[in-house]
Order: sequence, then C-alpha cells, then structure tokens
Amino acid sequence: MTTNGSDTSLPKPLWLLAELTYKCPLQCPYCSNPMDIARYTDELSTEEWIRVFKEARALGAVQLGFSGGEALVRKDLEILIAEAHELGFYTNLLTSGVGMDEARIKAFKEAGLDHIQVSFQASSEELNNYIAGNNSFEHKLEMARLVKKYDYPMVLCFVLHRHNEDQVEQILEMSHALEADYVELATTQYYGWALHNREQLIPSQAQVEAAEAVAHRYQEKYKGKMRIFYVVPDYHEARPKACMNGWGAVFLTIAPDGTALPCHAASELPGLTFPNVRDHSIEWIWNDSNDFNKFRGFGWMKEPCRDCSEKEKDFGGCRCQAYLLTGDATNADPVCSKSPHHEQMVKLVNQANSESKRDTAPLVFRNMRNSKKLTAHKWSTTSKA
Amino acid sequence: MSNHFKAADIPQISATFRFQWEEAQGCHVLLYPEGMVKLNPAAGEILKRCDGINSVDLIIKDLKSAYPDADLDSDVYHFLDTAYDNQWIRHKSA
Repeated sequence: MTTNGSDTSLPKPLWLLAELTYKCPLQCPYCSNPMDIARYTDELSTEEWIRVFKEARALGAVQLGFSGGEALVRKDLEILIAEAHELGFYTNLLTSGVGMDEARIKAFKEAGLDHIQVSFQASSEELNNYIAGNNSFEHKLEMARLVKKYDYPMVLCFVLHRHNEDQVEQILEMSHALEADYVELATTQYYGWALHNREQLIPSQAQVEAAEAVAHRYQEKYKGKMRIFYVVPDYHEARPKACMNGWGAVFLTIAPDGTALPCHAASELPGLTFPNVRDHSIEWIWNDSNDFNKFRGFGWMKEPCRDCSEKEKDFGGCRCQAYLLTGDATNADPVCSKSPHHEQMVKLVNQANSESKRDTAPLVFRNMRNSKKLTAHKWSTTSKA
Repeated sequence: MSNHFKAADIPQISATFRFQWEEAQGCHVLLYPEGMVKLNPAAGEILKRCDGINSVDLIIKDLKSAYPDADLDSDVYHFLDTAYDNQWIRHKSA
C-alpha cells in the first residue's frame, strides 16, 4: 500500500456520504452534484447500499449522511435508515423537505434516524422559490416545525451567494423562530453547476464582510441556544480551505451508481479511475485504490505547498479547485496568496465588486434537461462505470 | 462543589447527543449532527453512568467501587459542569 510519502497511520473514513439518487424536485443553480447527473440512471439497489454501509462501518465510519439529489425520492429510505441505525451509525438526513410529510418523519424516527437537516434557499418566499425552481417555501417551514415536533436535533442549511447574502439577519431570525439547534451558513462552492453560474452567484467583498459581521453578532446573541456555523467564502480569502480535512482522510462519498469518491466534486478531476462499489470492497477502495491515495498525505505536493509551514493546516487547499482554475490538480489552490495563480482570484472578486459586470447572463438551473444539453459531449463516449 | 449539579440530581445525556463505544476509535464518543467528540477514559466512565437513573452521589459511589484508589468527588463534579456547559448532559426531566 502506498501513502504518497505520508508516514501517519492510515486514516479512517469517519464520514460516509450516501448520495442515494441525483433525482431532485429542486433546481438550485449552485447544486453540488456533477453536471452530468442525467447519466446516473443505474442506481444502487437497497441490498447494495446495505452492503456499502456494513463495509464502511467495519472500517470505522460513524457518521452517515443520506443525501442526493433528494434522498426522499428513494422509496426504500426508511429501510436504509433502519439498517444504518442497527449498524451503529449516527444517521443524518440532508434534505430539501420536498417529498416529506408527517407520516414519513414519524416513520424515520421509528427507524432510528438521529438528525434532519433541512435546506432553505432564502428567508423570503419569493427568492426561495425562484432559486429552488418550485413553490417549496411554505412546505419547508411546515417540515421544519414537524422535525422539531418529533424531537430531532435540527440543522437548517442556507447556501449563501450574491442573491441572498444580504438576508443573513432575516435567515437567522427565521431559524431561531423555527427552533433550529444549528444553522449552517454555507457558501457557494464553485464546482460543476455553481462554476457554470459563477458570474451570477459570486457576492461582492462588501456583501461578504457584512454577512460575516451579522453572523458573528448572532453567534453571541443566541449563544447556548442555537449554534451558528459560518463558512468563510474562500474566493474572498488569502488562505485556502482545508478541503475535506485532507484527501482520503475523513470523507467517503458514494455516488448513486456506486462510484466511490474522496469528495463529491472529485468526478471532475482527470487521472482518476473511479472505483465502483459493485466491483470492489470499501476496504480496498479506501486503503488501496489509486484514487484515494492520489493526494493523500504530502508527497504529491509541489512548491509553494511542499515547503509551506501551513501545509498541515490546509493541505494545500482543494484539488478540484486547483485543477479547475489552474489546469493542474497538484498546484496550490489559487485561493492561497502564495500561489502564482492567485491574481485571477483577486480579479474575479474585483469583477463581482463592480456593478456593471453583474447579471450579464441568466442563471442556468440544475435539472435533467440542462444536464443533457450541457454535457452532451460526454454522452457520445462510453458510459460511466 | 458544582455550579449545575447537587448530590441528589440525576444527570442524563442530552437528546441532541448520542453516547456510544466506538471500537474503531478505541474510546467512548458523543455523536451529534455531522460531528463526534472523542472522550478520554475518565470522561467515558462518568458519562456511561449518566443514564437518567442514577443520582450524582450514586454515580460517585459506583465509580469509587470500580476505582477504589481514586479521590474523585471534585473531579466528577468538575467534569459534570464541563459536560453541562457543552450541552452534553442535562438534568433528568421530571
């Protein structure tokens, strides 16, 4: 087994993200799913997922996220929750709430679901429904109330971008009124759909600074009652995020067709072999596959990362971002001011600061029709997996 | 002694946390939405006894029978305060 120069003992996949399906009733233009979602029609069966859970649990996985797309689309979700609970996972349902009702919330509880995270697109009905591409706001409010009625710890998640960045105060007041235990103020991550829509989504520096100030004020205001996680937008920073806490260190994502990935954006990287749980055990994929060892540890690094005193803090940032913005996944994440490519990040934020550059093209929404249109070139080659 | 607990109080794990032994970690852990707290052996031994049945004085008595050489009253009260401030435990609701 190779660890690319790292001499630490082999990490464990503590976090298993089960992307059960890429079907989703929402069309958020910053969706973290890949753009070729329309190609993932051959979903793992109930039995295949259960085998994945067993193998990952045996390797030490303890947190299991049921995600998508929209996980509620899977009719066997109750069965999968019950199996995962039985195995000792802490089970998290990450959902838009669309496709849920009181009967299902109750059934999930009986199956042993530990936590529900409901995502909102904004604190106003108009903007929420515009970004989601459907009239889901009132239903989401109702689902959030039911999540609390059934005594789940509740996380509310808001992905911030230019259009809702100025709503943070209303977002946090709404979350408090809904009795959220945690609020995640996530930032749009520019991969796939969000990268395609970056010009329309990236907030100005002034917006980011104002949002951060409000978040910090509310962290004090609701201390001990509601925990607020504010994710710093990395484009506006001078040091990169510690992406996934390091490659192949904590996170294991399984796509709907069984493809195993070190993060949910990694399918865009060249040179990966995309091992599938239908062909390999989780143990082999995590410990021995090329993909999970490719950027594990520090041996793959070039300058300025290789001799950087901060490499153990941020692991050189994000491999996908390095590839998408510099053309080489072994480069430093260009968010870092030590990167020779950093200047382009400054330019992007400056463009966002300039009003004249705004709203030059319409948002492209995440749906199967746009997926087929935008990834048509991939369809002519051999099919995935 | 303690800011939050008296001898007759009954502590229990908060509804927003799950406490369990993790074989792969070799320790007790507290699990919460998308996160995990790894506990040292002493913390694990105390929280294991915060079952919503035993009062603090019974927890200490039980710990003393398992660890007879330890002078642990103040350590237990101190840890229970820390656990309370972290929202890991609450008083058993009547």
